[in-house]
Amino acid sequence: MTYLSRGEYHTFAAADRQFLYLVPSAAVFALDEPAQALLDALADRPLPRQELLDTMSARFPDLDLDQTLEELEQVQAIRLTSNVGPAPVIPLTPVPAVPSVPLTTAVLNVTNQCNLSCGYFYEYSEDKIVDTATGAQPKFMSEETACQGIDLLMNESGDNRVVHVSFFGGETLMNYPVLRRVVPYARAQASARHKHVEFNLTTNATLLTEDMINFLADEDIAVTVSMDGPRELQNRFRVFHDGSPSYDVVLPRVKALLARHHSRPIGARVTLTSQVSDVVTIFRHLTDEIGFQEVGFAPVTTSPNRDHALDGSGFDHMVGQFKTLANEFLEAAATDRHHGFSNVSETLEEIHKGASKAYPCGAGLGLVGVATGGDVALCHRFAGSDDHKLGSVSEGLDREAQTQFLERHHLANKPDCHSCWARPLCSGGCYHEAHTRYGTSTHANLHYCDWIREWTDVCLRIYGELAERNPAFLSRFD
Amino acid sequence: MRHLRAINQKANRVQQSLAPEPPGSAEDVVALQDGSGTPQQPEGPHIPLGCSLVFQPGWEADRNGGTAGLCQPVERDLFDCHRGCFWPAHVPDQLNHSPDWTGKCAAAQKDWRKIDLIFP
Repeated sequence: MTYLSRGEYHTFAAADRQFLYLVPSAAVFALDEPAQALLDALADRPLPRQELLDTMSARFPDLDLDQTLEELEQVQAIRLTSNVGPAPVIPLTPVPAVPSVPLTTAVLNVTNQCNLSCGYFYEYSEDKIVDTATGAQPKFMSEETACQGIDLLMNESGDNRVVHVSFFGGETLMNYPVLRRVVPYARAQASARHKHVEFNLTTNATLLTEDMINFLADEDIAVTVSMDGPRELQNRFRVFHDGSPSYDVVLPRVKALLARHHSRPIGARVTLTSQVSDVVTIFRHLTDEIGFQEVGFAPVTTSPNRDHALDGSGFDHMVGQFKTLANEFLEAAATDRHHGFSNVSETLEEIHKGASKAYPCGAGLGLVGVATGGDVALCHRFAGSDDHKLGSVSEGLDREAQTQFLERHHLANKPDCHSCWARPLCSGGCYHEAHTRYGTSTHANLHYCDWIREWTDVCLRIYGELAERNPAFLSRFD
Repeated sequence: MRHLRAINQKANRVQQSLAPEPPGSAEDVVALQDGSGTPQQPEGPHIPLGCSLVFQPGWEADRNGGTAGLCQPVERDLFDCHRGCFWPAHVPDQLNHSPDWTGKCAAAQKDWRKIDLIFP
């Protein structure tokens, strides 16, 4: 006998309406009452078609429910099954990796040295992958290597008209002389190939000088400042090697940067730990008191047994505070006002476009990290790791290694994700986080599944509200 | 769609893909197309695949009503009926008892006489 069973989806309510987030298509539909009632009736168990229609026709006597069912079947919110039990999990089919995905972004780790000594930073803490003190990688990237990195990006970027260069560290500005020379070089190379190049840079802001600020502003370089918030919170982990605090060093420099640099939004990037988790206070300080246009938060990447690791209650606390800021974001967006909580806007854009990802991020796909010595890796977090190497700037991109990486890391190889409705957006999560937690980048990040689903639900609700109340806001993501 | 309203870009694409195409805008699916995009047969009324759905010119009779220019040789019917069609032609049980009953028949039109006789 044939039954109708629920397909893969997540329903959510927003603006007094029910919505459907379909998996794996990532399409968002608004439902009318009969469609919602049909889905509800199948929520617990499959039913024969006629039984379902008979039950519902009493409730909707004047409607052609066949038409409603047909629409739900067409978008695969309902599917046919011969089994009365729970709908089976359908294993995903691995798709062969495309061998030559063009690059869009190269992250140049211009140095692996830092003048701060943040206890939680993966590059220096006990969680490090690469030995930056006594390992094979030089402490600073040479100008020649940086230019070769640019050449690699240009040569491997195919028909992409716009390419991105990210400067990362260590503390990026410790290698400022190379930055100054590589930016014009990249512009010249891009121009010769009729491409446009965009730059961004991450810094702890302790070394910013007037000359550097002028350079960043004049060269239109987007800047992200790693900063953890008010004095007390910033000074908890973000200290110099001698243990002295950094807040009072950073503050005047950031203010000078914000006063001079207007061509790009200047963002702050906050690392949340068990000791630094007061999201709302941090956000208020960084936006209202200091003047950052955007603030993004990320929980620290670390092994679970470290003191600063967020545990279950830490995640719950964090999500609770994220919700407060998310609601503020919603009210601002509904009336076309800016709100700088970038965690929401990034997810909204992916929801709007209907991103359904086989890989959690662009690492090893359109993005690579370049280590100080010129080795190319998945991303900046793996730069210099022999186990995650994808060639070098002198020998070029190792397309075979890249293909192998993509085949091993495809979502189809993460069976834990196959029954999760949030997989189109999460796709198993950060490779580096997985490597730190589970010892392999191929593992799904199961320790934050509940949090990801809760957060995705929050963003879906905001998306639904905006779709009803101010759809023009969403059109900026078109 | 009347009961679902597309909200995001992906939903709009799903909806477009489900929308019925206006008459005449879609190419027919016709047997023996070579995929080159050039129709091998003149455009005409819609002819679904499968012999049991409609009488199919070119399969049982050629364009002139005879059998000289069939699009597939009549000997192919044996295979097309039991493999390509839902109607099980009266053929031996090739799964269990007679897996090799067509083993000597490389090309139906030429070798059909070599098909084994099977006695149940």
